[in-house]
Amino acid sequence: MTAIYEPWDETRGAEIIAAHADQEGATLVILHALQQAFGYVPEAAIPKVAQALNLSRAEVHGVFTFYHDFRHKPAGRHVLKLCRAEACQAAGGDALAARAEAKLGVTLGSTTADDSVTLEPIYCLGLCATAPSAMLDGRLIGRLDQKRLDALIAEAQL
Amino acid sequence: MSLRLFVSRDAGAIAVGADEVALALEQAAARRGVAIEIVRTGSRGMYWLEPLVEVATPQGRIAFGPVTEADVPSLLDALSNKTPHLLRLGAIDEIPWLKRQTRLTFARCGAIDPRSLHDYRAHGGYRGLERALSLGSDVILDEVAASGLRGRGGAGFPTGIKWKTVAQAVADRKFIVCNADEGDSGTFADRMIMEGDPFVVIEGMTIAGLTVGATKGYIYIRSEYPHAVEAMNAAIVAARRGGYLGSKISSSTHSFDLEVRVGAGAYVCGEETSLLESLEGRRGIVRAKPPLPAHYGLFGKPTVINNVLSFAAVPFILAEGAKTYADYGMGRSRGTMPIQLAGNLRYGGLFETAFGVTLGELVDDIGGGTFTGRPVRAVQVGGPLGAYFPRALFDTPFDYEAFAARDGLIGHGGIVVFDDGVDMRKQARFAMEFCAVESCGKCTPCRIGSTRGVETIEKIIHGERVSENIALVEDLCNTMKFGSLCALGGFTPYPVLSALKHFREDFIPVPTTLQAAE
Repeated sequence: MTAIYEPWDETRGAEIIAAHADQEGATLVILHALQQAFGYVPEAAIPKVAQALNLSRAEVHGVFTFYHDFRHKPAGRHVLKLCRAEACQAAGGDALAARAEAKLGVTLGSTTADDSVTLEPIYCLGLCATAPSAMLDGRLIGRLDQKRLDALIAEAQL
Repeated sequence: MSLRLFVSRDAGAIAVGADEVALALEQAAARRGVAIEIVRTGSRGMYWLEPLVEVATPQGRIAFGPVTEADVPSLLDALSNKTPHLLRLGAIDEIPWLKRQTRLTFARCGAIDPRSLHDYRAHGGYRGLERALSLGSDVILDEVAASGLRGRGGAGFPTGIKWKTVAQAVADRKFIVCNADEGDSGTFADRMIMEGDPFVVIEGMTIAGLTVGATKGYIYIRSEYPHAVEAMNAAIVAARRGGYLGSKISSSTHSFDLEVRVGAGAYVCGEETSLLESLEGRRGIVRAKPPLPAHYGLFGKPTVINNVLSFAAVPFILAEGAKTYADYGMGRSRGTMPIQLAGNLRYGGLFETAFGVTLGELVDDIGGGTFTGRPVRAVQVGGPLGAYFPRALFDTPFDYEAFAARDGLIGHGGIVVFDDGVDMRKQARFAMEFCAVESCGKCTPCRIGSTRGVETIEKIIHGERVSENIALVEDLCNTMKFGSLCALGGFTPYPVLSALKHFREDFIPVPTTLQAAE
């Protein structure tokens, strides 16, 4: 299932920020909440977060850019994450990643031209005993093989 | 009487179809008019048998696996008519792989409903807290120290000393922080226990709280573990409702409450000071130590920060006594270690056992060798910062000191097995690459060293001045090892140097033939 995100809206953004601003050390909590609502963290939200938390824009921008999870623009309609860590490498993950790149015509970390699929590496889903593993829009897949990967890609391209 | 079935809701089981099997069982039973109840448990940790289905019988639970949706009709036939089935594994407690373990921390995992506080209590849960409340802080500290428990995150620091330091610190507020940023590849024990027995983590943290005088705790879980986040949040709500979190826990004078915080994909946040920075809402930049978190931790307050498995070991220690725990193990490694067998292995999963089992037993005997059927060539122990061990070192016993003596580490207990198809140059480059991507950037050896490491290993791969570049990598590793601020830069040399030492042949260029040159 594709996640449905709201378009960026300043009032809605302010509500989300206000809902979490009184927690101690709320920056990550707020950035997560914004991304959950809008699918990414809109640049316009950064100064609002800074203001609410009495931080500088640079500080919030710094936090936003430090963490791999936060997006500065929306992902494709589907996000396919392939585990690229050692346990999956040991179980044939390298070949599967190359296959996914070739099939989708993109490299890991980028989105197809039609915006249908974002292909990303992930460093360990903790499914190391059923490696190689993947995640399609939040759904976990273990014991990945060529057939299953092809099915996932077909599903993502629908 | 209705049929009572157990299907795991562990992420590892879900990834191989446990949800689909549970749904198919429900639908097929409804169509047949058979009354069934499906309890969604954690995983027993035998992942090659997932999805595992257990059925309650007067003789105990009988297991079937691995079950697919297609097996559901025949499985229901067998259960209704009490006839044999091809996937029948027998009594769950008699399965040798499970029976030969010593499950102290994971005793309940896979058996109980992780959403049910009642189930947890019915299986011995909260006995540790009850005893802790009757003992008082000083005696608890003695017990934890006497158990010999050492930090299960990897550093192996004595938990009792850490707790005592925080207990003795004077401050208006203190914190308990659970490090659930289990980023090491090949490790999943934290995830499993949080999904399969979350109350044991809560109980361990609560005991820590009343021991050191902290009233608030945080569980920092990586974002790659959404199922664990959900399980912990549900358990916290249930514990609050049951009077085990909040004010006056368990009718005592102590207050303690918990909050889950979610990471955002930074491996370095598994380092404790980086994690604290992240919890405070900042970039996960490592702090210089001292001051130690025990003195100056979260929000500048004295903080106990321990790994999930350290907290999860505490309820058993308090309930059964320090000696019972310490009687297991070898040398200075006391108790049990939940070892995670992963990668190219036939029988991958969680194997909790007393320290002292050898690497060879774990890989060949318990793990059953590779699933590709090819010979085992290299085994990485302890995550991306752990050394690669060759078969020649398979006699190394699983023990903090024994692994250190052979230039390795047990880390968080993850074992990743590679067959003879592995190219150790590639693995060495990956270790440096991973460090370069994940470095927080604070110290030079890690930030710059890892990038230079990647470049130099690339040169070796391309056959450029190989022996000189190998010497350069070794020298660089030395600088990183001794000059880095934390374990990320400091331990990245372990996989690199071990690959160079034990698998040298991979780094020496093969003379190119005319055919190969094309």
